Amino acid sequence: MNVQQKFYWLIGGVVALLALASIIGVILKMRVTTDGGRAVVDNLNQRTRAWWSMIAIFVAAFFIGKNATLVLFGIISFLALREFITLTPTKSGDYYPLALSFFLLVPLQYYLIGIKWYSLFSIFIPVYGFLLLPAFAALAGDVQDFLARIAKIQWGVMIAVYCVSHAPALLLLDIPGYSESGQNVLLLFYLLLIVQMSDVMQYVFGKLFGKTKIAPVVSPSKTVEGLIGGGASAVAIGAAMWWITPFTPLQSAGMALIIVLMGFLGGLALSAVKRSLGAKDWGTMIEGHGGVMDRMDSVSFAAPIFFHVTRYYFTP
Amino acid sequence: MWLSELLIRTVHLLVGAYPRWEGSAPNATQRIYFANHSSHMDTLVLWSALPPKLRAQTRPVAAKDYWGGSAFRRYVSGKGFNVALIERAREDRSTDPLHPLYEVLNNGQSLIIFPEGTRKPQALPDPFKSGLYHLSQRFPNVDLVPVYLENLHRSMPKGTFFPLPLICTVRFGAPLAIVENETKEKFLERARSEVVALA
Repeated sequence: MNVQQKFYWLIGGVVALLALASIIGVILKMRVTTDGGRAVVDNLNQRTRAWWSMIAIFVAAFFIGKNATLVLFGIISFLALREFITLTPTKSGDYYPLALSFFLLVPLQYYLIGIKWYSLFSIFIPVYGFLLLPAFAALAGDVQDFLARIAKIQWGVMIAVYCVSHAPALLLLDIPGYSESGQNVLLLFYLLLIVQMSDVMQYVFGKLFGKTKIAPVVSPSKTVEGLIGGGASAVAIGAAMWWITPFTPLQSAGMALIIVLMGFLGGLALSAVKRSLGAKDWGTMIEGHGGVMDRMDSVSFAAPIFFHVTRYYFTP
Repeated sequence: MWLSELLIRTVHLLVGAYPRWEGSAPNATQRIYFANHSSHMDTLVLWSALPPKLRAQTRPVAAKDYWGGSAFRRYVSGKGFNVALIERAREDRSTDPLHPLYEVLNNGQSLIIFPEGTRKPQALPDPFKSGLYHLSQRFPNVDLVPVYLENLHRSMPKGTFFPLPLICTVRFGAPLAIVENETKEKFLERARSEVVALA
């Protein structure tokens, strides 16, 4: 099978899955009787509808090519950072570091992926961004809460830009016997599929069997039953999807396990950050889901680790 | 108009301008929307938050000394978001500075005004100037709708010329109730507290 054929199979599979989810949604809507149940089902259907749009946008970008994919992720980082900073109480003295983050760091980070400059891509924000942001902030001369303010900006840039950018950075890896035939975009698809399936299946298992809460204060919807059931399903899906990756089925299961665990930790840590900023959702942009960051929280933790493990073991 | 489209799209990408109709519905009643004022973006953001149908019949009020200050600004504000310009510095005392606004209201159109008169660098509005009161006396049948613009003082602090992308929700409250024989001061304080209540 060539890349095109694999890609069509993938899209067919995802569309079938969403169609199934939509049908289940209709059936549940007809059967539900309680008010609480109705709210859950409505939210479920909103989520499914939002998934259709998200999948359509991603598939369109993948079809157009590498640059369109990078632009798409650039916009995602921009919107995620916008949500992060909106919830963060910045002051007028933060204007220049924030302007630098939005209008320079975001485009440059993705430009570096575009020109395949790996060594600068991997240190640009943690070194140059880290040092220049507080320097710019200091020029404004406002020292009140300086460290707390600048740390929050650095944190937002690291998560929303640096970490998220590691997903499309998979496109710059040269994996022997894989990248030559232009299959890297499938690896990106694989990462997103496992992360999101893990989130969805954890939600489903949690709703059906969830009893033991893992961190009730931080994230009331995360349960041991959800994590085990959802995680195991996502690992199984990962193993079954080995044919779109450079991995063997066993390796693919291992990679999926890494993605699931990191995604889970990301959801947990960012939920704590979100709540410390006094919010339940990052935003309202994606109906039923919350904000862009609510969908990218697991990706931001899973992507860098998956990128580096793949790079370490599968590139020369 | 291509310029309006461009401005509205830019506003949505940068600051969202998401409307929340908390106390009133987006319908075609003639209204005066009054809001807190903290940046040059305010006019455009409130205007962009309205649905296209209402936008077409709503005119923001803008200061002539800024938005009429150069040929470029005059073009952008006139063609782009259809402003009604008023004098802030009253050198010529012989005419009523609110006259351009009476014309708009007499035409049956709605207005957007910022009763503080000038931009303030904080989240909550300062005391209102009397323009809103005079309008309410002259046009008792027009609904006065309080609006709160969130985050714009952070997005574009005074002295900066480009807005930071922070999400701004635009909250529309319930129209002010009419209170008989209310003094000007009481009325203005009540109007202001309605905006504060939306914050």
